[in-house]
Amino acid sequence: MQTFFIVAILTLGFLITFQIAKASEYVAVLRGEEKARKQANKINGFMLLAFLIVGLIGVYYCNEELKGKILGTPASDHGVLIDRMLYITLAITFIVFIITQICLFWFAYKYQESDKRKPYYYPHNNKLEVIWTVVPAIALTVLVGFGLFYWFKITGDAPKDAMVVEVTGKQFGWEFRYPGKDGVLGKKYYKNIDPAKNNPLGQLWDDEANHDDVWLEQEMHLVVNKPVKLVIGAKDVIHDVGLPHFRMKMDAVPGTPTTMWFTPKITTKEMRDKTGNPNFVYEIACDQMCGKGHTGMRGVVVVETQEEFDAWLAGKKPQYLVANPVSTPDTNKKDSTTGNTTVRPVANGITKN
Amino acid sequence: MSDAMSVHPEVVTTHDVHHDEHHVHHHKETFITKYVFSQDHKTIGKQFLITGIIWAIIGGLFSVLFRLQLGYPDQHFQILETVFGKWAEGGQIKPEFYYALVTMHGTVLVFFVLTAGLSGTFANILIPLQLGARDMASPFLNMLSYWFFFLASVIMLSSLFISTGPAASGWTVYPPLSALGQASEGSKLGMDMWLVSMAMFIVSSLLGGLNYISTILNMRTKGMSMTRMPLTIWAMFFTAVLGVLSFPVLLSGAILLLFDRNLGTSFYLSDIVVNGQILPNEGGSAILFQHLFWFLGHPEVYIILLPAMGMVSEILSVNSRKPIFGYMAMLGSLFAICILAFLVWAHHMFVTGLNPLLGSIFVLLTLLIAVPSAIKVFNWLTTLWRGNIRFTPATLFAIGFVSLFISGGLTGIFLGNSTIDIHLHDTMFVVAHFHIVMGVASFFGMLAGVYHWFPKMFGRYLNSTLGYIHFWVTIIGAYLIFWPMHYQGLAGMPRRYLDKSSWVSFTQFGELDKMITVVSIIVFAVQLMFVFNFFYSIFKGRKVTTQNPWGANTLEWTTPIRPGHGNWEGEIPEVHRWPYDYGKDGREFIPQTEPIGENESKH
Repeated sequence: MQTFFIVAILTLGFLITFQIAKASEYVAVLRGEEKARKQANKINGFMLLAFLIVGLIGVYYCNEELKGKILGTPASDHGVLIDRMLYITLAITFIVFIITQICLFWFAYKYQESDKRKPYYYPHNNKLEVIWTVVPAIALTVLVGFGLFYWFKITGDAPKDAMVVEVTGKQFGWEFRYPGKDGVLGKKYYKNIDPAKNNPLGQLWDDEANHDDVWLEQEMHLVVNKPVKLVIGAKDVIHDVGLPHFRMKMDAVPGTPTTMWFTPKITTKEMRDKTGNPNFVYEIACDQMCGKGHTGMRGVVVVETQEEFDAWLAGKKPQYLVANPVSTPDTNKKDSTTGNTTVRPVANGITKN
Repeated sequence: MSDAMSVHPEVVTTHDVHHDEHHVHHHKETFITKYVFSQDHKTIGKQFLITGIIWAIIGGLFSVLFRLQLGYPDQHFQILETVFGKWAEGGQIKPEFYYALVTMHGTVLVFFVLTAGLSGTFANILIPLQLGARDMASPFLNMLSYWFFFLASVIMLSSLFISTGPAASGWTVYPPLSALGQASEGSKLGMDMWLVSMAMFIVSSLLGGLNYISTILNMRTKGMSMTRMPLTIWAMFFTAVLGVLSFPVLLSGAILLLFDRNLGTSFYLSDIVVNGQILPNEGGSAILFQHLFWFLGHPEVYIILLPAMGMVSEILSVNSRKPIFGYMAMLGSLFAICILAFLVWAHHMFVTGLNPLLGSIFVLLTLLIAVPSAIKVFNWLTTLWRGNIRFTPATLFAIGFVSLFISGGLTGIFLGNSTIDIHLHDTMFVVAHFHIVMGVASFFGMLAGVYHWFPKMFGRYLNSTLGYIHFWVTIIGAYLIFWPMHYQGLAGMPRRYLDKSSWVSFTQFGELDKMITVVSIIVFAVQLMFVFNFFYSIFKGRKVTTQNPWGANTLEWTTPIRPGHGNWEGEIPEVHRWPYDYGKDGREFIPQTEPIGENESKH
């Protein structure tokens, strides 16, 4: 019923508009088309000026309303650079925006048709054209210069002491793998993936480096002020690890691993105080459309101190032990008592053979 | 009933006029050869335009539907279930359906409306008329070009009605999502239909493009040197070159995707476990498709934009009663844009794991494109400066185009810079950017063209009061919809999220989304009003009584008010000057056909 009324009102409104429009055409013919046209010209000229003024006020109002709703302080070192670049660009483009829009609408208003004015025959002016080729070129060189300086900083190699976390996207969720004590992610092969056998990533159990790797879902923990390098992949379709608060983003492509690194600067707890939102969490948003569940492909990042992180990780059981609970308790005990170094050469030798 | 009665005599007179003009050419035309399988470039242009309008209504309606979901995610709209059945159970749009709508909205508007409907229409209508040619180089290929487009349209349209739905992996159809039926409903039969339809579409655009190029190079009338061509024709020329060189790359990409889907090849597939099923494909590269896609995809942006730029240049000059400022600079910047358009495709792929060094080269080339764009803007502004501007609806839309092109072009400087793109990539900022600069701006160029050349196409005027309402509601609406959307992007809100309620970071824009939805419904309604104005005016609009209603210099206004096939009744006029002698030596305008006078000043 409601829909019916809306449609009825729209139709009625349209009919009225149409009748007025048609009538105005007849009136124009009766009163002399030239006169009517000139009147319409004046009205539109005025409207263009009004649009400029109201529009600029609108731009200001929109900013006042919404600037508090965009992200606050960037939570990573790279984020600081990206925000700085953003504001440099904003400053330059905003000046250009204001000048050109004012010129456009002001000229349109000022030079609207008048019987008194003769249009000025002005086909070209080489000097002017050179000026407005060179000035934008210089401005853009500045932007490119800053941009690439930051770009290479951000995409350069991760520091050697960076912790490594593997992120794997799938329809529709995130999986994480921590390399464990040895700091090395074990080898994997996608055809070994079998969640029923507790091997969701297809890890090769022959590879000793896999034995201490910890597998987790949906929640990633990072250490504040410690660089982290994410090794990113996907199981099925392309996803994207979007970290809006850290201003970072990288596609997760099946078959082609990608990496990105950054240093978290603010813990989740500090961020809760900063934003005044006790429910605040860092979120991983999938930024590449990946199917019907794309909207809900959410992960959580917890940034905490080294001690908190260590305590958290200590409570996690390596996936190797989850997958091979019966056959390996003995070797495992040896592992933990004698240390990895003694066992690994042997295991490596086996895989090589 | 009374309406129908009054339509009748008018239609009869139209036929009579046509008949009179036609007896010159001594060939009999039936209804079929004249209106359906016509080889007259003007009729083909109108066919492109009307097909484009129908697609625009469909594509626009899709956007209204998914805006309903975005603005009112909790609301139940019973009418949706009535119309769409299982796709909108309980009056709420299902995710699969939402993504199908988004995909079709993009595909339809980018390809079927703004490529075929815009450059197909105006290249066909304007190239022979403004060059002084009787028709295209090959009228038959030209006709085929339309009918391949029609075939593509039929296939795409029928994919909307199959049980698994149309393609739903975004208009960029990235594999593996688009390659695997297990990953998405839309990647089943709908995706094959999408690919076949696009293949037909590419054939259509190649046939058209080759025709436009050969016509422009070979069929100019006496005296029409290349630098005496109106900028519209130059823009159409570069558009055609872009299309001819880049569409085949998309075709190859699409064919490989068809192979991956149906023949078990591994061009794009590697290491995939989907829905618990381990696929045998190894060694393919999903990123390869993105390179092939964007090698067309970026030039495509300029295929859409250049014709609009050309028409806006012409319309601003005619209605400012002043020559276009810096004709050669305009030409040079069109050329520069055309070249650079081929060299920037990877800026869509900064975060795919692209080599950072390679990325930096694409940053440089991308931001370089801002220079010719800036030159064009400054030249348009100077064209308006000290003119004597008549605000026809066409002029207003042209001014609106410049405003939107500035706004959307400047946000391109954010996204083209890879450092900022890391944060803004695939957020609502991108949606706002390309809708303003490519979507709405090109639409404004197209509408300016329709208002300006409607008298030439149909011998009648569009109702200008409706035209003014159309313009004002559309430009205010466009800014209200897309300006605040940038803030959503700055907040990191990803695009293509239909419901943000499960998130902590993206829930702050509920009111804004509602506002955008309401405005987009109003804007859509006003477009319907334009469509009504269009069809009503074809039959009942005010008649054109003078040959040259806008006082323009170009050749199309030297033809009869309703030109027949062949355009000019007698000999084709000869051209003696460039098309922009407005306000020269105290004369309001000097048509291209007028010889240079002895005492005429030089420019």
